[in-house]
Amino acid sequence: MPVHDHSTPLHTEPAPAPSSKRRLHFIGGLRTRLVVAFVLVALVSAVTATALAYRESRTAVLQRAQDSFQKDFLARIETVVPNVDMPPDTQSLASLATRVSEGLSGAPLVVARYQDLKATSDSLADDSRISPQLRSAVSTLDRTSFQRVEHAGEPYLVVGTPVTYENGQTSGLEVYGVASLRPEQEATTGVLDAVRGGIVPVVLLAALLALLAARTVLRPVRELGRATRRLAEGDLDSRVAVRGGDELADLARDFNHTADELRASVGGLRDQEARARRFVADVSHELRTPLAAMTMVATVLDEDADRLPPDAAHAARTVSAETARLSRLVDDLMEMSRFDSGAAALNAGEIDLGETVRASLALRGWTEAVRLELPEGVRTVADRRRVDVIVANLVGNALRHGAPPVTVAVGAEWDWVTVTVTDSGPGLPPEVLAHVFERFYKADASRTRTRGDGGSGLGTAIALENARLHGGTVEAANRTDGVTGAVFTLRLPHRHHKEELTP
Amino acid sequence: MPHVLLIEDDASVRDGMELVLRRHGYDVDAAATGEEALALLDGERGERIELAVLDLMLPGMDGFEVCRRIRTRTTTLPVIMLTARGDDQDIVNGLEAGADDYVVKPVTAPVLEARIRAALRRAEPSAPVPEAADQGGLHIDRAGLTVTKNGAPVALPPTELRLLLELSASPGRVFSREQLLASVWEHTFLGDSRLVDAAVGRLRAKLEDVPAKPRYVQTVRGFGYRFGPL
Repeated sequence: MPVHDHSTPLHTEPAPAPSSKRRLHFIGGLRTRLVVAFVLVALVSAVTATALAYRESRTAVLQRAQDSFQKDFLARIETVVPNVDMPPDTQSLASLATRVSEGLSGAPLVVARYQDLKATSDSLADDSRISPQLRSAVSTLDRTSFQRVEHAGEPYLVVGTPVTYENGQTSGLEVYGVASLRPEQEATTGVLDAVRGGIVPVVLLAALLALLAARTVLRPVRELGRATRRLAEGDLDSRVAVRGGDELADLARDFNHTADELRASVGGLRDQEARARRFVADVSHELRTPLAAMTMVATVLDEDADRLPPDAAHAARTVSAETARLSRLVDDLMEMSRFDSGAAALNAGEIDLGETVRASLALRGWTEAVRLELPEGVRTVADRRRVDVIVANLVGNALRHGAPPVTVAVGAEWDWVTVTVTDSGPGLPPEVLAHVFERFYKADASRTRTRGDGGSGLGTAIALENARLHGGTVEAANRTDGVTGAVFTLRLPHRHHKEELTP
Repeated sequence: MPHVLLIEDDASVRDGMELVLRRHGYDVDAAATGEEALALLDGERGERIELAVLDLMLPGMDGFEVCRRIRTRTTTLPVIMLTARGDDQDIVNGLEAGADDYVVKPVTAPVLEARIRAALRRAEPSAPVPEAADQGGLHIDRAGLTVTKNGAPVALPPTELRLLLELSASPGRVFSREQLLASVWEHTFLGDSRLVDAAVGRLRAKLEDVPAKPRYVQTVRGFGYRFGPL
């Protein structure tokens, strides 16, 4: 056995992380993103096109309305003004406004001003639509001006013009016309409504197209995802169908190629490993026949050693002792290769753990060397021979590498039974702790083996494999009670009936 | 001087065993093949052979077949098989073929001898346990080592006979497999309880009216076996 076959805790393997950790990522999924992108593009283009078209048509419509109103308004004034006496009084102003208004389509509000006098075509109408800016523009710049105003939610065009004499001299008379732009607004709004009505089907169509596009992209992506997960779960035959010649097809081809390579290299490794295992098994098996003969006759050497000359006697005893050791080594190798090949089987029955430990120690003459804490009646279903092997290895280890006192304690918990082997040696340095269960691990390479050391270098590894076969474990640690020393704990499932055992 | 038949194909192993057994006072007949061994059993010295040590891995006729053929010739010859360690199926098959015990190769001389002695003791007339008992149609003559059922003799190999004697000595008492291994096979505590199960199976096949519903040798689940109650 290697120097201090002590070790890291090796629990039963935790269940592998759930392989299908697939969250339902509807939000942020490729499909959602595609649809959102398509819809956004459709909306932006529709809105931009509409906005441009709307602006253009609105400008055109308004310009036309403005031009025609202005033209009609000025023409009307031309017609009416010569009949007005200058300077006008309120009455003539009113008649001017009324006549201008009457001559225009839609009878717009007309306001005529002369200095402080003012008359409107409709006395009830509110002339606040004529802004001071417009008025000052008309009076100071002395030319026809117009302004678009919003009044009570309705758009209006206000045109103002100074009336001049034929020689170009200003008369001081100003005429304002207020025309509703409502028909024009309705015309342009109609454009907007038409666009709004059209946007919904366009967006739906975009979404539909996006879904179709997503489908053609997503199906191979999903297949690839499934194949990858299968591969990750160990199905090395997982492949995807390659369709078409696009980037996704390339990706699929690459995936298949990777999987091929992986399968080939894993297969190669497995073959190698199987060959190595078979080789160990074959070697051990082949060693056994000559060993059987040597083991058998070794007793003769032992029996007759006393009658041999001293050197021959020494040689005879050495041959006998080393034959026994070789025999144990081959036994351990065979045992190990059976674990490796999965051929190890449990021959389980109900056992009393305390009794088993006691017998195990008694068989090897260790009862005196070990302090026992064996409560009565700790029973479980286990393979007696294998439990003996574990106990013998752990206690043998403690006696060889630890220091006395060595304590062996049996305990029972709710679902475990334990055998704890504690020594009072130097304990296990962390770097040793990590390797204690490795085969042929030697904690101190410089340490020479004493004769009859008895260990094969496989003891802790075999103990662990035997424990695992039961669904149990062997853990190695240092004492935590203030004393130096190593603690090895065998933990076996606490089973009450043979039926509970599922090998 | 006990007479042992050794059946082992490897010359070195065979010679080694022969050497050791001769040194410890056994008469040894060695055979390299099953055919040779059966010829020896049928020969003029065959009557004197008291025990067979049989390697299961033999060229030609394998050890299981040799064991079965030995059983057709004699029910009383103890057979100890030599097996490779841990080849569990071999052990089970060997026990089914009628072997009484097994040792694992490589075996040391003291272990082999201890097994041989134990097997031979089972075949000897037992210590003077008195009366012949008649239990439920079963007549067990403890001195003469004969068993008759409803007047008809039942031929039992020594291991099965010892097992029956052990169990029937205390009718109704439950024996654990370990106890039976220790008392009948003289194994250490590490003995293989399948030996007991296999022997019980063979015993029932010869003794019980319906081996699947045994009256004489009953199973007590989780504990072991008992004789009766009838």
